[in-house]
Amino acid sequence: MSGDSTFEEMERRLRAALHPIEPPVHLQQRLEQTLDNIVELAAEELESWEIEAIKDPRNWPRAAFGPATAIVVGSGAAVGLALLRTQRKRHRRRAQSKGLRDLTARTVRDVAREALKVFDDLTPRH
Amino acid sequence: MATAPDKAKLDADFSELYKAHLKDVYSYSYYRVGNHHDAEDLTEQTFLQAYRHFARAQEESQGRPLRPWLIRIAHNLAANYYRDRSRRPQTNIDDAGALSTPHTTEGLVEDRDDLARILRGVQQLPDDRREALIMRFALGMDNREIARAMDRTDGATKVLLHRAIRQLEGLVEADMNGNGPK
Repeated sequence: MSGDSTFEEMERRLRAALHPIEPPVHLQQRLEQTLDNIVELAAEELESWEIEAIKDPRNWPRAAFGPATAIVVGSGAAVGLALLRTQRKRHRRRAQSKGLRDLTARTVRDVAREALKVFDDLTPRH
Repeated sequence: MATAPDKAKLDADFSELYKAHLKDVYSYSYYRVGNHHDAEDLTEQTFLQAYRHFARAQEESQGRPLRPWLIRIAHNLAANYYRDRSRRPQTNIDDAGALSTPHTTEGLVEDRDDLARILRGVQQLPDDRREALIMRFALGMDNREIARAMDRTDGATKVLLHRAIRQLEGLVEADMNGNGPK
């Protein structure tokens, strides 16, 4: 090293020494799996809260006046929710599949299953 | 209370935040604790805690970037990590991970030695100075972002960085003259 200790030179050396560190792949997989599990648990809690909430008479007016808007907004959101849930399970699917064809079949099955779950949740219960 | 579509949007936004800043949080954690094993734990805990408070942070940020908030979580967790285990950052930052320069010629070996001296010097700095340097040089954060992450003014952050670099110059110089940390 030349011994140059100017401020700018030290900045250059710091940039070289403190470069960004790539996170290990196994950390990414572990973290995504953990977050997926938490998101799924939280979604289930939310769904059970919504079912409980509809039993409360104070929520009925909103339920009575909202259906038309809810159908329009809800359809788009439901499709999004089904796709999001399907997307969350991609690592598990990839790990379990025995090839591209199997992976495609599993993805289609998951989309259908999640869509049924979402639309079932949105269907009014009597 | 969030509805299902609100929740889905929130999760999608968090997923974006995670993808955009995983490397930042990991880099910060690594330079803070000095080894990959603890850096992984710290990164994981940071994102779990961020997920818990994400809705409020998003609301309060009013559209500003959330990276300073994320780094602040990592900073607080790192502080707890040291307090709980009563230890300082390790000085032996994993050279293999941090210094990837191949040493095929004498010049490159010298560069590598110089970078190792810089890292040793960074580890000797007081916590706030070390953190400011990590944020600036490893994460590429500007003064404003660093100020938000460290809960300081922009001016105080500028002074902090300046003093950190000046002190580091002295430490590296001492190291070169054989007065470095044992």
